[in-house]
Amino acid sequence: MENELKIELGKQGVFVTTIEELYNWGRKSSVWPMQFGLACCAIEMIATTMARYDMARFGAEVFRPSPRQADLMIISGTVTKKMAPQVVRLYNQMAEPKYVIAMGACAISGGPFKQGYNVLKGIDRYIPVDVHIPGCPPRPEALLQAFMTLQKKIEAQSLTGEDRPRHLNAEASGEFPVPEQGEHDLEPPVNRLVWPLPAQVK
Amino acid sequence: MKTVEEIKAAIEAAVPGAGVEILPNASPSAQHSLLVNPAHAIAIAKFLRDDAELALDFLSNVTGVDWLDKEIVEKVKVPRQVSKTVDGVEQIVEETVEETRKHVEPGYLEAVYHLFSMKKKHGPVVIRMRTANRTDKVELPSLTPVWRSGEFQEREVFDLYGIVFTGHPDLRRLLMWPEFKDHPMRKDYVEPDDFEYEPTAHDKVLERAKAHKDREQGTGNREQAGGTR
Amino acid sequence: MKTETTPGYAVEQATQVEGWNRPPVVHPDGEGELLEVSMGPHHPSTHGVFRMDVALDGERVVKLKPVFGYLHRNHEQIAESASYLAMMPYTDRLDYFCSLSNNWAYALAVEKLVGQAVPERAEYIRVILAEFTRVQNHASAIGFLIQEMGASGTPLMYAFREREKILDLFESLTGSRMMCNYMRFGGCRVDVTAAWLEAARKVAAGLPQFVDEFEALLTGNEILMARCQGVGVLKPELAVNAGITGPMLRASGVNYDIRKVDHYGIYDRFKFRVPLGDHGDIYDRYMVRVLEMRESIGILNQALKEIPAGPVMDPKAKIRGFKPKPGEVYGRIEAPKGELGFYLISTGGAEPYRYRVRPPSLINLTVLEDLCLGQNVADVILIFGSVDIVLGEVDR
Ligand code: SF4
Repeated sequence: MENELKIELGKQGVFVTTIEELYNWGRKSSVWPMQFGLACCAIEMIATTMARYDMARFGAEVFRPSPRQADLMIISGTVTKKMAPQVVRLYNQMAEPKYVIAMGACAISGGPFKQGYNVLKGIDRYIPVDVHIPGCPPRPEALLQAFMTLQKKIEAQSLTGEDRPRHLNAEASGEFPVPEQGEHDLEPPVNRLVWPLPAQVK
Repeated sequence: MKTVEEIKAAIEAAVPGAGVEILPNASPSAQHSLLVNPAHAIAIAKFLRDDAELALDFLSNVTGVDWLDKEIVEKVKVPRQVSKTVDGVEQIVEETVEETRKHVEPGYLEAVYHLFSMKKKHGPVVIRMRTANRTDKVELPSLTPVWRSGEFQEREVFDLYGIVFTGHPDLRRLLMWPEFKDHPMRKDYVEPDDFEYEPTAHDKVLERAKAHKDREQGTGNREQAGGTR
Repeated sequence: MKTETTPGYAVEQATQVEGWNRPPVVHPDGEGELLEVSMGPHHPSTHGVFRMDVALDGERVVKLKPVFGYLHRNHEQIAESASYLAMMPYTDRLDYFCSLSNNWAYALAVEKLVGQAVPERAEYIRVILAEFTRVQNHASAIGFLIQEMGASGTPLMYAFREREKILDLFESLTGSRMMCNYMRFGGCRVDVTAAWLEAARKVAAGLPQFVDEFEALLTGNEILMARCQGVGVLKPELAVNAGITGPMLRASGVNYDIRKVDHYGIYDRFKFRVPLGDHGDIYDRYMVRVLEMRESIGILNQALKEIPAGPVMDPKAKIRGFKPKPGEVYGRIEAPKGELGFYLISTGGAEPYRYRVRPPSLINLTVLEDLCLGQNVADVILIFGSVDIVLGEVDR
């Protein structure tokens, strides 16, 4: 339906919407994050939920300790190789639809600790990430911005067609292989289906 | 507080045959340390803890240090017989030539303990123990039975350096997962190669990422990888 | 949280070692099933990625083994390939609540290593920042403790409201809310302005009211007393032998505050008392933290009044080409969580040969098992919360 017509009708007191809009509106306004902090960035995440920044304005103040009740995983901090299997497992346990925000330089690429032998160089080697926030740590405002970006993304998802979200697509699996802790490194060190090699620029 | 020399004398008076050596520290901090023979370490530790004057009841810090094998290069003059053509005739002449000789001083792992006294409010007294080498003779006596605060710290040293503390009540890896095989804080530890190429201003990361890229392209992994994001 | 039962759980031998005894782990009737619970690494009340392997007999804890390393970020290894100054921002990320005290501890160790003096104004600034850090750390620690008791959010909201005010001060001075990276070997990075000092005085003047409010909510609270008094008692002998430091040690009645013992910086110029507990239970730890906040406010007021004019950086301090002479040093301060020490070995290069952090959080956990054995599983969370740890420092 055309937007102008909708507005016009709205002025006449007739509200028209589509199932898709209504559905996405509901989803985006009550995203429940998982109560899950990894490192320093988690403190900024907590600060975001507190009185000054007040995440509740976006319907996301209900932090759920159980992955089964959460829609959003905020990877807030350094993912170490010892922790990575647990992170992937938690992601697998979340019910669809589920989203991931990689908060901070560490979650994106290893950040300042990239050289470490026990540091995973970015969580998107194992699970798909929807929004990346740079910063070390990102300010609470940045997390709110990421949250709004995610809401826009949810709003724009169409319920049918090829690019429909995973939970409406029976073929798409929301589970990703959990890496094993080997004798020297994680095995496999990277999930190539999620993290293909970067295109080469000659 | 007593000086290190006095502590050394006190230890040697209390523990016969203790064999304590003073390792001077040249920095302005002047925290000299005492090198302790592992065979007498427990007795010395108990003495330091229970002695009324020292009363070092608080073990603050336990550290491992890895000292690699040192290659010592020295120049020596040696006489040697050389054949030379002198006036068209071949002769054997004795000459002194300079030769560089190398010998390897074996490295060792070192455990360093920092002691303080909560009763007397003094410190630090630094004691050190050394293993015989870096490979197979890496046992040292654990001081955890004397000072409990060594429990996790000695486990950490075992994990990261591979010093085996005999007598430790619960010697397991502390930080890395149990299946892990290496001792990552040793100076010769080789990290797994997991640096993907990426543009960055960080020189060291860039170097390693480049090395990784060369290797990965050399093996043709790119084609096998496939997949879409 | 993963739970499983192990039939015929083996009775563990008591660890009998001279100097300290660990209570034996026995099942009352010698056999039967214990419930093994793995608390963490994803657990809502473990302050991050900490894990405890707990065995329960009904509600009672009979075994508790902490498992570390889920945030082991190789701080010490990175230091061996970075210059001395480049490690300063890394120290922020150790105990990420108290970046400024970490900065100070590291700067202090390096200054001792090279014999570097610090101008007076810089010393005052350091004291001011460290005490602000202590106040906000203790407030948050209590907030988290009470949150784990079930008061979902309210005390934490109060604590974070005050913390935001202090973070605003840090941000306007250093440019970052949490990761301040402010101190240098031989002083501080930038000078404080008169306006900043005025703002700091205002925040400090508001703090007593905040502590009063906090105490009015909590100190006499019946639930708090019922849950905390007599739980998790730590005896002073064990505390000393196990190397416990900080508020946890003082709650057990041992008078050991490094600010008083080492007189580092200019702490001997200020008048403050060291609060001590006498039972060593959770309530004492809470109370010691509250009283320490009050003493810190006293130090803040004195320092903010007396701060002299002058440079904040020693003009002779070497910044480029910083290569200490061979030697080693152990430097320590009284961080909000306990004794934070840095052990550095220099072999004359631009990078430390060995760089070691003495983490108070890790060592304070040594007695966790002793405190929890025989308690109810619900109290484990409280005891753990009263230790006040930060995982970035535990695992480094
Ligand atoms: S990005 Fe920075 S602040 Fe965030 S977890 Fe990593 S080091 Fe800590």
